[in-house]
Amino acid sequence: MSSFSITEPSSRQKWAAGTLVILYAVITLLPLFWILATGFKTPADAISYPPKILFEPSLEGYVNLFTTRTRVTPEQLEALPPPETWYEAIVRNRDMVIAGPSRYGERFLNSLIIGFGSTFLSIFLGTLAAYAFSRFRVPLKDDLLFFILSTRMMPPIAVAIPIFLMFRTLGLSDTHLGMILLYTAVNISLAVWLLKGFIDEIPREYEEAALIDGYTRFQAFYKVVLPQAATGIASTAIFCLIFAWNEYAFAVLLTSGTAQTAPPFIPTIIGVGGQDWPAVAAGATLFLVPVMVFTILLRKHLLRGITFGAVRK
Amino acid sequence: MAEIVIKNLRKEFGDFVAVQSSSFTIEDGEFFMLLGPSGCGKTTTLRMIAGLELPSSGDIYIDGEEVGQKPASQRDIAFVFQMFALYPHMNVRKNISYPLVSQGMSRAAVREKVAEVSRILGIEDILDRPVGGLSGGDRQRVALGRAIVRNPKAFMMDEPLGALDAEFREHMAEELRALHDRMNATTVYVTHDQLEAMQMGDKIVVMNHGVIEQFGTPQDIYDKPATMFVADFIGSPPMNFLKFSGTVDAGASAVRLEHVDLPVPEVREAFDGDMAYGVRPEHIHLSDAAPYRATIDAVEYLGTTQILTLDTPNGKLRARISSEQPARAGESVGLTFNGNTVTLFDRQSGRALRSELNAGVLSHG
Repeated sequence: MSSFSITEPSSRQKWAAGTLVILYAVITLLPLFWILATGFKTPADAISYPPKILFEPSLEGYVNLFTTRTRVTPEQLEALPPPETWYEAIVRNRDMVIAGPSRYGERFLNSLIIGFGSTFLSIFLGTLAAYAFSRFRVPLKDDLLFFILSTRMMPPIAVAIPIFLMFRTLGLSDTHLGMILLYTAVNISLAVWLLKGFIDEIPREYEEAALIDGYTRFQAFYKVVLPQAATGIASTAIFCLIFAWNEYAFAVLLTSGTAQTAPPFIPTIIGVGGQDWPAVAAGATLFLVPVMVFTILLRKHLLRGITFGAVRK
Repeated sequence: MAEIVIKNLRKEFGDFVAVQSSSFTIEDGEFFMLLGPSGCGKTTTLRMIAGLELPSSGDIYIDGEEVGQKPASQRDIAFVFQMFALYPHMNVRKNISYPLVSQGMSRAAVREKVAEVSRILGIEDILDRPVGGLSGGDRQRVALGRAIVRNPKAFMMDEPLGALDAEFREHMAEELRALHDRMNATTVYVTHDQLEAMQMGDKIVVMNHGVIEQFGTPQDIYDKPATMFVADFIGSPPMNFLKFSGTVDAGASAVRLEHVDLPVPEVREAFDGDMAYGVRPEHIHLSDAAPYRATIDAVEYLGTTQILTLDTPNGKLRARISSEQPARAGESVGLTFNGNTVTLFDRQSGRALRSELNAGVLSHG
């Protein structure tokens, strides 16, 4: 691979470009920083005006995120034995005791299961379909590809009511399987189209060489094509995960209990014992972590993936 | 090693006929060239022999066994691709050993075999390098290594020199031919380069529009072309065609062009109509006294020889003559032809008329 530029940018141009990038980064990262900071504020600091840039950090938001609490009278509080743990101490400062764990952990786990489950399924089915569309003479190929794409031609939420009724009849409402299937159905068109592009770029000769070398079509697929498509698979997986992870509307509509994901749950935290912005911010901060880790792990592939096809090897 | 027999092989892609009923035999140990312009069906034919395309009809026998509908993995042949198709995620050693791994050969045996092959090809020092950074020649050698490591029944090569620099191509062509002679392996080689085909091949099949135009040794194809297409495709500059109309009888040894009798090998079939007098550039000589006249249009000096472009009453001609012979543009000269090397063509169908020269070579009636 080689890169070239027609003219080397001058140092002033580089300086200007750098400034722009930094400015843009500051603007986009500001809300993130706001959320991160709010998570470590006390409720009073969180709503103070003007906003506090410097504040005494507190873990109250995180404690409130993971617990349910009940208010007690000062007399009752006196009667209790001294707090055994640091988080109990924080709660008692507010005249409350811990009643039990919150549901955030479960909801977070649901998000992980549904997000990664649907990503895996989208990639698995998408890769097989993309390979078939790329390599074989499929009857009505163009029509089928258009049909797959057409599932994305209106906002998915437009069909929310039919899906809601369908899920209720099929018993898929508020189940992990139901949500995985739903997110897979939405993501599969993206996966097929993106992956077909990547697989089209892999010369057929590689598989043909493997066929000649005594491997079956399937062996050639997973030993030669898959490693070559890793870049495309990684970037497609990130796009699929981001959608499934962040999806809110269907999650509100179709889940309430066992299969509820974190996005519809986080806003409900606010209702427990006043306007608890730090707890909401703590929930949102933790919610960012998995996608961030996943993206950082795959970022080399992602960068190559986005420029794939633009650069001739 | 094996003999390959092709019988009535045909391939259609939808309405398009890529190969029309080809039949030929590749002898055991032969270096066999499939030659033709792009889109003539030569690569499709090769891919059908290899099992990368399945024929629409017809049979392919490798070593006596009919393999037409078998997958490539069961045919025990090796294929060298134009762009080499080395597995990009493996190093040189893994690339070469890949065909052996599929056979379940033990690690020690694979190592030994790879060492042997890399010694033959002189690539021992790059075995642990990734294939990405290799030069064209080394990639070519690795691709060959992957092909020969398995001792397959036959080698298929699809324009393997096409991706190399012109300078290096010559050298690799010699290396390939030397490797073939050493291993004595049946090799089927696709090229559009007639020089490459003439230089390397034991036998050549010339194809055009999915049809085999001629099949034979390089000498036969050059000296006794079966069709005007072959005569025009082979040779640089190609064979000249003096266009004329008239009648020839069986047994004639001259034809009449512009009131001059020009010699031909003894004609074996009578013909009446539009013909072409086909003569190679090196079989044309200048002679002041000769009755067939032409005007020199242009002179190209090529060192030991020069190419003259001549204007004749029957069309343009290109002649290759010695550089020592004086020739200037604008001069009027007389031409003589080596009659025993001439081929007469039916201009309508393009086929050669049977004569004493080509009777043994032409298969059609």
